Amino acid sequence: MMLQVEALRSGYGRIPILAGVSLAVAKGEFVGILGHNGMGKSTLLRTLMGYLPATAGRVVFEERDITRLSPTARARLGIGYVPQGREIFPALSVHENLRMGCLLSSRDERRTIEDVLAKFPRLRRLLDRTGGALSGGEQQLLALARCLCGGPQLMLLDEPTEGIQPSIIDEIVEILQALQRGNEITVVLVEQNLKFIAELSQRILIIQKGAITRETSPEAVQDPALIAEFVGMAA
Amino acid sequence: MALTGLILFNVANSIAVLVLLSLGLGVIYGMMKIINLAHGEFLMLGAYTTVVSTNAGLNLWVAMLIAAPVAVGLFGLLVERLFIRFLYGRMIDTMLATWGLSLAVIGLITTIFGNTVRGVAAPFGGFAIGGYQTSLYSLFVIAVAAVMAAGLWLVLRFTRFGLIVRATMQNPNMAAALGAPPPQIYMVTFALGSALAGLAGGVLAPVSGVSPVMGSAFIARAFITVLGGGPAIVTGTGLASTLFGGISEVATFLTTPVFGQVALLLAALIMIRILPQGITGRLLRRSL
Repeated sequence: MMLQVEALRSGYGRIPILAGVSLAVAKGEFVGILGHNGMGKSTLLRTLMGYLPATAGRVVFEERDITRLSPTARARLGIGYVPQGREIFPALSVHENLRMGCLLSSRDERRTIEDVLAKFPRLRRLLDRTGGALSGGEQQLLALARCLCGGPQLMLLDEPTEGIQPSIIDEIVEILQALQRGNEITVVLVEQNLKFIAELSQRILIIQKGAITRETSPEAVQDPALIAEFVGMAA
Repeated sequence: MALTGLILFNVANSIAVLVLLSLGLGVIYGMMKIINLAHGEFLMLGAYTTVVSTNAGLNLWVAMLIAAPVAVGLFGLLVERLFIRFLYGRMIDTMLATWGLSLAVIGLITTIFGNTVRGVAAPFGGFAIGGYQTSLYSLFVIAVAAVMAAGLWLVLRFTRFGLIVRATMQNPNMAAALGAPPPQIYMVTFALGSALAGLAGGVLAPVSGVSPVMGSAFIARAFITVLGGGPAIVTGTGLASTLFGGISEVATFLTTPVFGQVALLLAALIMIRILPQGITGRLLRRSL
């Protein structure tokens, strides 16, 4: 397994959010995580990235215990993170944002950016524009492209379709499916967009009250009864 | 004509002094949002390093252009590791800590060197603008300020280090996720700001009385310039220095040096009222 999470607990200050999350992700897998708002989806990714300390349990990445490592150390081991809200650098140009993404790339910076731009043609004409001047969808593409510049083995994707226009969601699906076909990367995807998560995930984990309570297939998220019971969203 | 030339030269010198006083603070406050109330003492340490080094036989140029920034840069590094790094994001605590540090440094320097004014002789001598004699060293001060501002701009704009620093100041968490460790970036940036303050203190040592309390004469002007300049460190500091330096020097020429300082403070008050986020908070927002 590339990623193993064992009875992971964490939260904000004294407020516990994750109450013993356990999951395993194999190399090349795309795993979706679904759940109500406030069930701990984003907290799980923030804890996996090292922003929130684990109060119990452990995280093992490529057979190495990374539970106590800083976000920078995790990034250096090959974990990429695309946060909710994109968090691009608003005062840096698109090109500079991509250069920041290349910090961990072992390849030539120019060539890395060229390769990534080939997957994100929309960004090519925006290279000189500041990140803050982009639309939400363009910012999401930039956040994804920036993450891919570092060549991560595992990418943690937090609600990439939130507030994004449908045409760009389709672009994101195509880009991620191309990565999936090429077996280039492993992805843990947190989403509330059921169509998106079903199109991309090989299996879906349902999180409730800070713990994974059920594993299901992408096809099952079309079942309104299951969704109403475990996710609280309309399919 | 000669008088106009002299006034313009003095205005340029006044602007240069403000740039020197403010750039180090601009890096520390503008980029890291650390209100370093010991900035004046960092300048003072640069001046003392120059005085002590030259008295020990070191060449004056080496003393002020190398020894002063290196010594104060290392001092800044130590301060950041020992105190500041525990206080990021806690503005009031940082102010208290750096205020305490400023008092401690003044006390320490007074104990070592006494409460007397020291100095080093300004090199070069004078030159004539028409019938008026003025200091050639002031021309050197102007050149150093220009090189310092341009150098900082070039580093921030074109180097990988500058890119990482700018990104970290905008979003340290995201920079960390991309492989740039914020604690180390903060440490280096604080040391860089301290080194710039040390360089300024060293360069100004020959034209200002070097004493343990000399920092208090600089700190207000430095803060006013940085706040007036707004978020763009180099462009903002340059524009605010030009505005305040120009007003102060012209008022000094027309009245007295005291009123020149009053005019500077009044101009700062009016500007902060009109542009609360500083010049580059409203204008030239993409600049550095």
